[in-house]
Amino acid sequence: MAKIVIDGVEYEVNPDNNLLQECLSQGLDLPYFCWHPSMGSVGACRQCAVTQYRDEDDKEGMLVMACMTPATDGAIISLEDKQAKSFRSDVIESLMISHPHDCPVCEEGGECHLQDMTQMSGHNYRRYDKKKRTHRNQYLGPFINHEMNRCITCYRCVRYYDDYAGGTDLSAQASHHHVYFGRHEEGVLESEFSGNLVEVCPTGVFTDKAFSGQYSRKWDLQTAPSVCVGCSVGCNTAPGERYGTLRRIVNRYNSEVNGYFLCDRGRFGFDYVNSRKRLLEPVKRVDNTGELLADDEIKAVIKEFSREGTIGIGSPRASNESNFALKTMVGDENFFAGYSDSEHESMAAILTLASDKTFHSPSVREIEEADAVLILGEDVTNVAPRIALALRQSVRNKAMDLASESRIPQWQDAAVRELAQHERSPLSILSPAVSRLDDIAADRVIESLPALVAMGHQIANKISGSAPAATSAEHDAAAEKIAAQLKGAKRPLIVAGSSNGSDLVKAAANIARALHEDGEKAAIDLCLLVPEVNSIGMGLMAAEENSLGVALDKLSSSAAKRVIVLENDLYRRASKSQVDSALDKAEKVLVLDQVTTTTTAKADVVLPVTAFSEHEATYINYEGRAQLSFQVHQCQKMAQPAWRWISDAAHIDDVIERCCSEAPGFAKLRDVLPGGNPFIAGMKVPRQSHRYSGRTAMIANVNVHEPKQMEDKESIMSFSMEGISAQKDPSIMASPWAPKWTSNQSISKFQDEVNGELKQGHVGSLLFEKTDSGAYFDVPAATVQPSGKQLHLALSYQIFGSDELSARAEPIRERMTDAYVGICPEDAERRGLAQGDVATITPTGAPVVVCIRTGVKPGTALLYCGDANISPAEFTGFLEIEKSAARATSRGIANLIVSDFQEEEI
Amino acid sequence: MSQQVIASTATKARKLSAEEIAEIEHEMTLYPDKKAVGLEALKIVQKNQGWVSDESLFGIAEYLDIPVADLEGVATFFNLVYREPVGKNVILFCDSVSCWIMGCESIKGHIKQQLDIDYGQTSEDGDFTLIPVPCLGDCDRAPVMMVGPDMHRNLTPEKIDSIISDYKNKQD
Repeated sequence: MAKIVIDGVEYEVNPDNNLLQECLSQGLDLPYFCWHPSMGSVGACRQCAVTQYRDEDDKEGMLVMACMTPATDGAIISLEDKQAKSFRSDVIESLMISHPHDCPVCEEGGECHLQDMTQMSGHNYRRYDKKKRTHRNQYLGPFINHEMNRCITCYRCVRYYDDYAGGTDLSAQASHHHVYFGRHEEGVLESEFSGNLVEVCPTGVFTDKAFSGQYSRKWDLQTAPSVCVGCSVGCNTAPGERYGTLRRIVNRYNSEVNGYFLCDRGRFGFDYVNSRKRLLEPVKRVDNTGELLADDEIKAVIKEFSREGTIGIGSPRASNESNFALKTMVGDENFFAGYSDSEHESMAAILTLASDKTFHSPSVREIEEADAVLILGEDVTNVAPRIALALRQSVRNKAMDLASESRIPQWQDAAVRELAQHERSPLSILSPAVSRLDDIAADRVIESLPALVAMGHQIANKISGSAPAATSAEHDAAAEKIAAQLKGAKRPLIVAGSSNGSDLVKAAANIARALHEDGEKAAIDLCLLVPEVNSIGMGLMAAEENSLGVALDKLSSSAAKRVIVLENDLYRRASKSQVDSALDKAEKVLVLDQVTTTTTAKADVVLPVTAFSEHEATYINYEGRAQLSFQVHQCQKMAQPAWRWISDAAHIDDVIERCCSEAPGFAKLRDVLPGGNPFIAGMKVPRQSHRYSGRTAMIANVNVHEPKQMEDKESIMSFSMEGISAQKDPSIMASPWAPKWTSNQSISKFQDEVNGELKQGHVGSLLFEKTDSGAYFDVPAATVQPSGKQLHLALSYQIFGSDELSARAEPIRERMTDAYVGICPEDAERRGLAQGDVATITPTGAPVVVCIRTGVKPGTALLYCGDANISPAEFTGFLEIEKSAARATSRGIANLIVSDFQEEEI
Repeated sequence: MSQQVIASTATKARKLSAEEIAEIEHEMTLYPDKKAVGLEALKIVQKNQGWVSDESLFGIAEYLDIPVADLEGVATFFNLVYREPVGKNVILFCDSVSCWIMGCESIKGHIKQQLDIDYGQTSEDGDFTLIPVPCLGDCDRAPVMMVGPDMHRNLTPEKIDSIISDYKNKQD
């Protein structure tokens, strides 16, 4: 700790930080643009100037940039000094020279860092009366609007997009007063994290395009703390609603999970909630048409399904409460897992490993601390995108070490990057095809899945001799090198997942176990990814023997008469014939879901279920972190949380309480509920801001009498403007706002220090108890080799399309591809296939687009099922592809962004 | 590891000529990494083609395996990397302080009249492009300008006429 004096007041600060960061940590207001809490300093904008004094006798002082000056012990600075203040106001005046002052029509207005800083710096009168420079804007795809005239050239966008997120298609162009930030030509921004530009840009150059079309000011949006349901990372989000529709999603800071950034699936993949295709009414099927169910009929249905002979199929995309309610209703032995049997097997392994003391499941922040990474067979960018962004930061630890050796502070971003050049911490990728993280990989091995499993075991054996041996002669040197890198690391990390079977998970576990045995290291970071928001939660509830296959067999064989399907399209989980025969045989099928699916079409009764923003719920992410997601808005029609349809619990807290005491592994779930007494002086926390406008008028077109505000009997939040402001308790704050700070950058006012935890904050509750110490998994027996025309199958995923619900969102649909099979040029030639051809795949005969990629392992076919009705469960290990006479499908694969797409020869 | 140069671009790359490649290869031996060769490669292509077209830009990026966006950043940063076609002779006309004191305004007016072009324009016959520069470092002999690689000093309207006809004759 160091002591510094700021305007005569002594502060204890961290000398490893710069003055700007420390000023903000102390709650002081100092304007800045180019600095960002997770991107460090470059000193480009000159906005954070302060006066620094040599000693107490120095009355003159000199101007320094706070972001570029370390907070050394004994430093004396002034923010209020005249020359510093006038310098700051001059700087902003010059930055604002060409700014169009179009705040009234700008989407950023009202949550604009530039507005805040302009006011804070005291520039309130425009003197420049010459012509402003203007720019042409570019089309940047369905997510982002471009309005370059608003730019103040702080360079944050390219520092984020290129340096932080690894993008290659946004750059700073031209020089002096006509610097331009854009692509080399118009086109879709290719990074999976482009949406963060909306929040990174301090003004309105990059804005949310989907939001623009249905815009509302920040203060007019009803919002609540939510959790993204796009994948298993569980990023914290702040969705905003107005006039009954969900309008946008922005980041909500969680120091352990997503920090300041989301992926584009999470940010833009929500508008299925507003879709007309939503299920909004309870319906029964009568002669192939839907008929509305009356209340007493619903009661009768529930009663009928409560009888003996009913089984329930859970859902990895439904909340713990809904899964638990179903489990309670049908009984433990009749509750079945709602994912594919292959995934079930992987999940069984993952859940066993979760309680093993040898392993630690790292949070996203912890992943950034890894100094050697091995990714085994998982396409992280498309399965758990936010983790790919974290892995990009982990390889910079080498640069940080080099900087420390050279005594360069870590926040000196440009200097650290200049020093490190291409030096990175080792990250190795073992996969069946090239990936979007290859540019940061030190080593990569492209192999068929069985060969990857063997290589994983070989690495484990090379780390510790007690791990079972496997040989893959071809890659011995690579295995040796990767083993040495992991052994030499302070904090090695192994990443694998359930995407392609349990063997990869087991091989990854063996590597981590070998590392644990070999070194003196505490638990080894083992990050096992699962596909959906609550895969882990549902996995914990279903008994290991209760797989989906067993459930379907029970129905087909009439061992069970009725089935309740919870928020699940079974046709994505098992083969068509299997599901068909089960549902046809079942006497009665009850489906609860948000949207219509092939499964709901087969149901006798469909009950509509609320979407993520319409109910309070808990989910458990890949690391076992339980998180609470509040209800943002009321569902306009008759949808209810699934647990409410099928249980008689009155209150969500009761369901959670029961789940804690009855479901094994959930004991700590209750920790996510807001603690203490939430009702201060009998008041709740409002979901609407104190400036929420039009409340008395917004439904005047329907009724001029203002109705009573909707009551929320469930949570500690209210659908109202009145109450105890969330600013008092950041753990229930969705929309940060502080005096003088209207944008999301005001979050520093609520952190215990910059980049730290939120004050009184809640980062979730880790459910897994580490009790066991297991043993090595055996090396799987040699697999059968493909015969004839067969290719090894590797399932492939896409950030835009693989998630069932976000794939129904309009902006996401614009970025999706059709189902395709990726093969190398040689395999294509052998089958007479050309780029973009339509082919049929055996065994199902489904049509897919042929995608010839030079980076796919020869002999392996990547299968991306997309939103087409191809169930990955139809395939086991191998695939045959044959040219089809069918015409190319609507979307094709034009939107596919991969680095190894084979161009046609010209 | 190679940079991720993505396939989804509308503009197609031009294949660099053998001479261009030979010169770029030579530059590659002088720099520690490919990104650094970008500027030299742009100069080489400009020398050979007269300017840097979109197709050439893509050609260089593809050859060096660096992102097009980065290379475009370099190309647009430098005023003398031409991203639009220029005439056979580029006149770099100094209009900075010393030349201004020495009456460059009237010289420029003369050029404008003779060639019927203003700053940033190319004469109809494609012979000359006029571009302003801030200083050519020859203030003691102001006003000055460059035509191609040649420096012309102590400019007068008469001198301009003879320079123009010299370059025209040279080409014929």
